[in-house]
Amino acid sequence: MRIAIPKEIYPEEARVAGTPDTVKKLIGMGFSVAVEAGAGESASFFDTAYREAGADLVSDTATLWAEADIVLKVRPPIQHPKLGKHETELLKEGAILYAFIYPAQNEELLKKLVARKATAVSMDCVPRISRAQKMDALSAFANIAGYRAVIEAANAFGGFFTAQMTAAGRVPHATVLVIGAGVAGLAAIGAAKGLGAQVRAFDTRAATKDQVESLGGKFLELQFDESGEGAGGYAKVMSKEFIAAEMALFAAQAKEVDIVITTALIPGKPAPKLWLAEHVRAMKPGSVIVDLAAEQGGNCELTEPGEVAVVDGVKIIGYTDLTSRLATTASQLYGTNLVHLLKEMGGCESFCVDMENDAVRPAVVCKAGEITWPPPQIAQPSPPPPKPEAQPEPVAKVPKVKAPSAFGRWATGLFSLALVGLWVYLRAYAGAETASPAALSFLQRLTVFVLACFVGWQVIWNVTPALHTPLMSVTNAISGIIIVGGLLQSGLSPMAADGGVNAPVILGLVAVLVAMINVAGGFLVTQRMLKMFRK
Amino acid sequence: MEYILLTTAYLVAAVLFILSLRGLSSQETARRGNLYGIIGMMIALGATLSSHVIQQYGWLAGVIAVGTTIGALLAARVAMTGMPELVAMLHSFVGLAAVLVGFANYGANDLTGTAHTIHLIETYIAVTIGAITFTGSVVAFLKLRGTLSGRPLLLPLRHLFNLAMFGGLIYLAIPLIQKPGLTGLNELLIATAIASLMGIHLVAAIGGADMPVVVSLLNSYSGWTAAAAGFMLSNDLLIVTGALVGSSGAILSVIMCRAMNRSIWNVVFGGFGTDGGAPKKSKGDEGPAREVNEWQVEEVAQNLLDAKEVIIVPGYGMAVARAQHAVREVTDRLRTRGTNVRFGIHPVAGRLPGHMNVLLAEADVPYDIVLEMDEINEDFPKTDIVLVIGANDIVNPGAETDESSPIYGMPVLQVWNAKHVVMMKRGRAAGYAGVDNPLFYNENTRMLFGDAKASMDEMAARLKELAN
Repeated sequence: MRIAIPKEIYPEEARVAGTPDTVKKLIGMGFSVAVEAGAGESASFFDTAYREAGADLVSDTATLWAEADIVLKVRPPIQHPKLGKHETELLKEGAILYAFIYPAQNEELLKKLVARKATAVSMDCVPRISRAQKMDALSAFANIAGYRAVIEAANAFGGFFTAQMTAAGRVPHATVLVIGAGVAGLAAIGAAKGLGAQVRAFDTRAATKDQVESLGGKFLELQFDESGEGAGGYAKVMSKEFIAAEMALFAAQAKEVDIVITTALIPGKPAPKLWLAEHVRAMKPGSVIVDLAAEQGGNCELTEPGEVAVVDGVKIIGYTDLTSRLATTASQLYGTNLVHLLKEMGGCESFCVDMENDAVRPAVVCKAGEITWPPPQIAQPSPPPPKPEAQPEPVAKVPKVKAPSAFGRWATGLFSLALVGLWVYLRAYAGAETASPAALSFLQRLTVFVLACFVGWQVIWNVTPALHTPLMSVTNAISGIIIVGGLLQSGLSPMAADGGVNAPVILGLVAVLVAMINVAGGFLVTQRMLKMFRK
Repeated sequence: MEYILLTTAYLVAAVLFILSLRGLSSQETARRGNLYGIIGMMIALGATLSSHVIQQYGWLAGVIAVGTTIGALLAARVAMTGMPELVAMLHSFVGLAAVLVGFANYGANDLTGTAHTIHLIETYIAVTIGAITFTGSVVAFLKLRGTLSGRPLLLPLRHLFNLAMFGGLIYLAIPLIQKPGLTGLNELLIATAIASLMGIHLVAAIGGADMPVVVSLLNSYSGWTAAAAGFMLSNDLLIVTGALVGSSGAILSVIMCRAMNRSIWNVVFGGFGTDGGAPKKSKGDEGPAREVNEWQVEEVAQNLLDAKEVIIVPGYGMAVARAQHAVREVTDRLRTRGTNVRFGIHPVAGRLPGHMNVLLAEADVPYDIVLEMDEINEDFPKTDIVLVIGANDIVNPGAETDESSPIYGMPVLQVWNAKHVVMMKRGRAAGYAGVDNPLFYNENTRMLFGDAKASMDEMAARLKELAN
């Protein structure tokens, strides 16, 4: 199958749907790949690199589109300025298009695609389930946007992010407030923290608190009992009372913070207005607001999408192309998302648009000329909010190995053994013969035995666990001491006095043999092992 | 005079053995410890050989030479992955020697009265424990080698069977000690047979993952065997040494059992899935399709290069794949880049206590970056990547959260607290304990399927490429 990667024609769009790296992977999967000449230039991927990766460079846009079974794009298809045709018209009949389509907003476009009997996979509709994470371009771009938002803010801000003590006096740190701790918000927190700012964050979903704090941000809380958990990892619309409390919090924050980054989105709805004109006016002159929701109307009342507005000395950045401003990485991540998606759909050999695959189905907005959007509602539970697997409470905390307790138990056991022995002795023999020498010598041995157990118990607990294997082999070797028993049995002549074979001696000799294997083998293998331990 | 010399020599040997074990408390003193052991053994052997009891040396010299040669060959040839087998084999030798010495001694004794009775009891104990150790170790050896399946053999009524055998042993002891002279040989032979069967049955009923405990227990038995033989022969050195080895094995067993949160009885008498019921499906299973995220070697390599803190958790899978050298190479490549690479070792990782440490030492991994579970568990949250190589149950979060899990309560390495966990696995099967691992489905877990050695070799090559 042939994949085409055309140059993006949307004004100022710098991203591209494939990089030399991802093209190589696609070719590895068996696809043949054609790239429009100059497609990656604005993202710093040059034609030579694509060629080296194995792609065909095609300079004629119409040919490129016409020959492709699959077209990979970033932006939705639009009217091609040079060819005077809509991009969908360039698409071969029945071909498959991967791009951000935004089907809810682009009904017209869907119709055009249907007219071409095309299949369209809308990258913004990839479901947010964990299996589809690797294909989730929205998250990939949100991450980039969050990072870039901080960079834009730093650029527009007239001070350091980090506090510094210089010879010319102390410079305070910047305080950043991030509203919405989704993927973009968290990326912004991380980036701002990395630059040394003090970061605060607010989100209606209490579950994000841990994530914010794990990045070093301070989570602002409302004393209000309402969760903002909505479907698909997004937040939902909140109650009036809640919003009032939220606004009061923001009004207080506005006086303190230098930079506000807003990232709040509710799917299918215009962005909620969270940072009101009064908040903007309450901010210090020179403060910066970066509105990541600008494209959906903005979280800030005064945002002008695509522009930088200045109100009372506060800069409100409403760029809608933040990802495109980080084109190299954005293209790489997006390209990789596409590679994963194509792999999920069977790769080149067994490629199919499987409507049963719930990681793919929601993204297929039209198939072979039929609109398949919106997808049937499957009961799609939102990912468990508090990430239970992240911090499972250690319920059963088994106490650290403690020598004394077990020692005590074993010692008690041994003592009782000794006492039982003593009792047996007294009961059986003491009365009759008043201390038979044999019983006495047994008792002596028992004493030695019990004491040796104690010594052994004490010494072994000090052995470092790393040396447990050598410990076993060295105890193997020294338990070969049983050889002494064998020696004592076999020291006699193997021929008995009557000329026959002396069985005890033979048995003793065999015992010596196996015990000696133990002694030699045990010590030598221990030595070999211990030599290997080095610092 | 000779008796005094012999006793003194034995005393010195016993002290040297204690020092030998003490030397193993740290890597710095371990080699000296082993040397003490060797010297102690030489003194004991020399003193015994020079005593007047030994009247002929020809046969003895030959047998000792052969034994030494075989031992040396075994020690030189064994691969470090094969250590569990070797240790089990050596245990069986102690058991066998004790049985042989017991029989030889039974035939040779000329005591009467109380002394005779006590001696017979001692002989009986030495022989039966020896027989259990011998056959048990042989079965353990075969299981570790893979000749026998690692699955527990669970006969119906096996507890009753054990009890019957134990009763039989007691029952046989009574006529034996009442018979004068050598007339009880038949009873002793039958008792040995029963004890042998018991050894086989006990170890056959224990599953593969419990092998570290079994090997430790047999280690302990071999010590008690030697001690019993010491009673039988009225030899204090044997008693002391046996007691040392016996307690050493007992301690190791206790440590292993705690590391699995199970009682020793549970390990010895109950295979997994018998006492606690069949492993139940964990509650998490009811959720949406449980899919794993996969990474390829290259992605792992890329991420390793970006990481600052890496912890490698090896398990039995690393030993099976003999991947330790490849692991070392990856470690070296990362360490030369300034990445902090450490190893986290669970007490029951592998088939022998301390097995992983030996394998890593063999591969030249410095021992000061190889840490125990308790030392490293707190460091996972600030770790970028955890590489889990062929381990499963020892990193299973279900042990802490899922009460229905058969391994619930077992202390585990909390790898899930790290930013990313890469689980290297040969296939998609559950661990030895047959327990599903929720870790696979975690958001921050990435699976790397394939042979551990092949993957690590490829990873080392990738790292080399990417670093240049």
